[in-house]
Amino acid sequence: MDSENTITKPAAEEAAMAERTRCGCCYRPNVDILEQGDELLVRADVPGAKSDSIDIHFEDGTLEIRAEVPPRYEGREEFLLREYGVGDYYRTFQVSEAIDSGKISANYADGVLTLHLPKAEALKPRKIAVDAS
Amino acid sequence: MALGYRPRHPLHQLRDEMDRLLTGFFGPAAEGIMPAFRNQPAVNVWERDDVVMVEMEVPGVKSDQLDLSVAGAELSVRIERPDTVEEGTAYHRRERPVGPLTRVIHLPVEVDSNRVEAQLRDGVLTITLPKAESAKARKINVVGA
Repeated sequence: MDSENTITKPAAEEAAMAERTRCGCCYRPNVDILEQGDELLVRADVPGAKSDSIDIHFEDGTLEIRAEVPPRYEGREEFLLREYGVGDYYRTFQVSEAIDSGKISANYADGVLTLHLPKAEALKPRKIAVDAS
Repeated sequence: MALGYRPRHPLHQLRDEMDRLLTGFFGPAAEGIMPAFRNQPAVNVWERDDVVMVEMEVPGVKSDQLDLSVAGAELSVRIERPDTVEEGTAYHRRERPVGPLTRVIHLPVEVDSNRVEAQLRDGVLTITLPKAESAKARKINVVGA
C-alpha cells in the first residue's frame, strides 16, 4: 500500500556506527542546509527524538548527527496501515567550509534540530613591516 | 514503505487509491512547484478495543498549522509547513517538505467525533478516535428457553 506520492522515510546508509544495543531500523533524517551571512544553518527533521538523546559531533570537517528515538509502540498493536517505521536517526556530512567548531550551537524544538555552524574568521590581511638594517 | 498491511475491503482500497491519485494530480502538488512533490504525509493506523489510533510525523509543525476534521468514518488532516526562505540565503540542500500537505484517512469504523483527541509532541501527532457506540463489539447474552 505504498504510493509514489507518499513521503517516505529513508533508511540510513551509513551502518558504521557503534554497536547498537537495541535492534531496529536506523533512519536518515531529511535536512535543509543553507548559508546565511557568516554561518551555515542545518535543519534536520528528527520527529520523536528527545533533546537529551541527540548527539552531535564535529571533527575534521565531518559533522555527525545521531538522535535516539524511544519506541512508541508496545508491539501488540493491530496495524491497519503502517507506512513508516520508528527508529533512531543517523547522518554524517563532510563540511567543506572552514568552521569555528568552538562556536557551534544547536537547538531542538517540535521534532526539528537546528544547528548553527559559524564560519571561521578569515585571516585578516596584515601589513608586514620591513626592517631596514 | 508498507511494513505490514491488513487487507481491507477492496472497495475501500480502491477509494484510497483514487484519493491518492486525485490528490496527486489536482491537489496541493499542483499548487506549489518546488520542492515537495511528495505531498502526502505517511501515517500509521492501528486499532484497539474501543479506539482507532492515527499517528503522523510532522516535524516543525505547530498546533495552529494543523487542521483536523472527522466525519463519520473519515479523518482528514491538513498540514501547513510554511516555506521559510529568507532573503540572502543560498540553499545547499533542501529535502524537508514544505507547503500544504493533506491526507484523508478512511477509518475501519465510525468514530465518535465529539471525543476525538489529538496530541502533538516532538513533531509526532497522535490522534485518538474513540469508536462510535454502534461500532463497538457487544456481548450478546443468549437467553435459554
